[in-house]
Amino acid sequence: MTTSTATPAEKTKTNTSLNALLSILALAFNIGLNGLIFVFLRDSDMNPVIHAILAILWGVGGVYFIYWSLNWVVERYSDAWRRRIQPYLFVGPAFLLLGWLLLIPTVRTLYMSFLDAGSEKFVGFANYAAIFTNRLLLTALRNNLLWVAFGATASIVLGLLIAVLADRSSFERLAKAIIFLPMAISFVAAGVIWKFIYYYQPGDEQVGLLNAIVTAFGGEPQAWTSMMQPWNNLFLIVILVWMQTGFAMVIFSAALKGVPEDMLEAARMDGAGEFRIFFKIIVPFISTTILSVTTTIIVFTLKIFDVVMIMTGGQYDTEVVATQFYRQFFMYRNFGYGSTLAIVLLIAVIPVIVFNLRQMRKQGGF
Amino acid sequence: MRRRPRRTRSKTTVNIVLAVICLIWLIPTVGLFISSFRPATEILKSGWWTVFPHKENVATHTITLPKDTDLRQPIEVDGTMYTDDQLRSGAKAPDGSVFVWENRRARTISVQQSGWTMNTNFTTENYEGVLTGKQYQITDTDGSVKTKKGNGLSRAFLNTVTVSIPATIIPILIATFAAYAFAWLRFPLRKTMFVIVIMLLVVPLQVAMIPVLKDYTALGLNGTFLGVWIAHAGFGLPLATYFMYSYISQLPKDLFESAFMDGASNFTIFTRLILPLAVPSIASISIFQFLWVWNDYLVSLVFIGNQPNVQVLSMKIADMVGTRGNDWHLLTAAAFISMLMPLAVFFGLQKYFVRGLLGGSVKG
Repeated sequence: MTTSTATPAEKTKTNTSLNALLSILALAFNIGLNGLIFVFLRDSDMNPVIHAILAILWGVGGVYFIYWSLNWVVERYSDAWRRRIQPYLFVGPAFLLLGWLLLIPTVRTLYMSFLDAGSEKFVGFANYAAIFTNRLLLTALRNNLLWVAFGATASIVLGLLIAVLADRSSFERLAKAIIFLPMAISFVAAGVIWKFIYYYQPGDEQVGLLNAIVTAFGGEPQAWTSMMQPWNNLFLIVILVWMQTGFAMVIFSAALKGVPEDMLEAARMDGAGEFRIFFKIIVPFISTTILSVTTTIIVFTLKIFDVVMIMTGGQYDTEVVATQFYRQFFMYRNFGYGSTLAIVLLIAVIPVIVFNLRQMRKQGGF
Repeated sequence: MRRRPRRTRSKTTVNIVLAVICLIWLIPTVGLFISSFRPATEILKSGWWTVFPHKENVATHTITLPKDTDLRQPIEVDGTMYTDDQLRSGAKAPDGSVFVWENRRARTISVQQSGWTMNTNFTTENYEGVLTGKQYQITDTDGSVKTKKGNGLSRAFLNTVTVSIPATIIPILIATFAAYAFAWLRFPLRKTMFVIVIMLLVVPLQVAMIPVLKDYTALGLNGTFLGVWIAHAGFGLPLATYFMYSYISQLPKDLFESAFMDGASNFTIFTRLILPLAVPSIASISIFQFLWVWNDYLVSLVFIGNQPNVQVLSMKIADMVGTRGNDWHLLTAAAFISMLMPLAVFFGLQKYFVRGLLGGSVKG
């Protein structure tokens, strides 16, 4: 709405070319500036603290500046064009990232799973056949099943049990905080904690808690994580249960609060025992929550990696799919097996993807 | 009214059962915490639970045998004969006390009597050792002194902060922009794009790792902070977008209409209206993402590799587990350092943390 003397048609034309130029400049400026900062920060050897502060400022400010500067350009477009382009400015960066880091890689990994170790020759389904014949890979598959069967089940059952107990106890908040605490720490730290519990040293004095308990009751100390294959896996699974139960408990606990009190009271009036009430009223009432917690925990358990890596490094037949993936990829440099293992994990979560999409449609958002 | 006594009794049972479970849950962490303050020499000689009062053989005095005592022959201590093996594992003396070698080479025997005791030897040396990487000495059970170097964890701590803060803020900013567009702007492909986000929620990271690493190597992003930020941002985006969408789409429509009437642009509405309104949600998902990044091991392991200047805490500790598997005084201290931040977040912001957990917990 300037008071220039140019005719509207001329103005739009100059504006269009100016806008096009500005758009290109803004893009180039962002790429150039961030590229320069990146190279500068990577190659400089300044004080680590200053380096850290600069890196954080750049990382956070840089992203905001990209949105701000590009939006500034888009705001100069005509109304119609702005309405057309602005949504893509908002979702664009998210989609570029998702495309680059998840979507396209998935397709590339799928393609690589049909190639040989060096990604050179097409081998068809040979890698998939190997997974079901190679002893190491078979062990990994079997162990993943163990993890899901024991780890996921125990986390869910214990989580539900503790949620119900906490609901009726006199120290609900404290109990929930204690059970929930391991959720906050890393698997690496948890690995150190439990490695120390399972620690075995030759001789009389056992400083590992488990062996101390065993010897106190007159038993023989054991190297728990390396003996009695495949049951040593259970000792690793305990760690997952210790960490995941809190998650299940918190969500179950929230769901339990939604069970109407008068329904429970009525059942008690009719003389139903607590067990009957639990299985006939509470469980059906929170069944959707149980289902979603179960899928979440199973997905999480399928990808278990850190615990095994820290505790045994996959030795003593404790290998799982994710650790075997890492080993095939980084140590044996077998990209074919590596990709195939990743795709096996993907296939395992496809039912969950379908479930999530169904849930979304049911909620009516899309 | 007659049911009352039964209910109270069942409540007591519930309390006891729950207390036992809580105790079991707490013991591992307590053990780590106590051990991290115990001197290196004691940690391998006695369990951490001995810091609590317990019954044990306590050394009362020392007997020094002649220097030329032949260890292959029966050894006379206080008038009774013992073999070397007996003295090694502790031999019962006639008066009920126990003889055991204190220092076999120096031929000294310690005389122990049963009594209540607690090990209250605590030190902060372990923490100094892992944080600064200074030299420290261990006196072994046979009397020899070893010098070992600690690990410089302070740099790793700083790196973890440098990785975690942008790797939390960047994806959440990007996700909130996208969530706003999905919720309130109409554009072609909107539905398809959102379905893709939902599908990517549970896709395992492993599926993406090899191709992304290839790109990183080509672009020189491997082992840089930017590379790790981008990786975490990409892997955290689906959940963050879904989480923010479910909040932003619930906001009342009038809010936007009146803002549009006033001539506000989408960008202004977003920065002035949506961001401030969404602060509680942003806090929840930020805590979730922050802890995820802070605790992550796999992504750093793959994308940082062996760049010592960029390595994060989890990698350093995993390294220590591999190379110093029996140095529990260092491992426990290091593990506790890595837990400091999550525990602070956990105790300080528990409300938001739990809300984030309830909102969306499926993560790929």
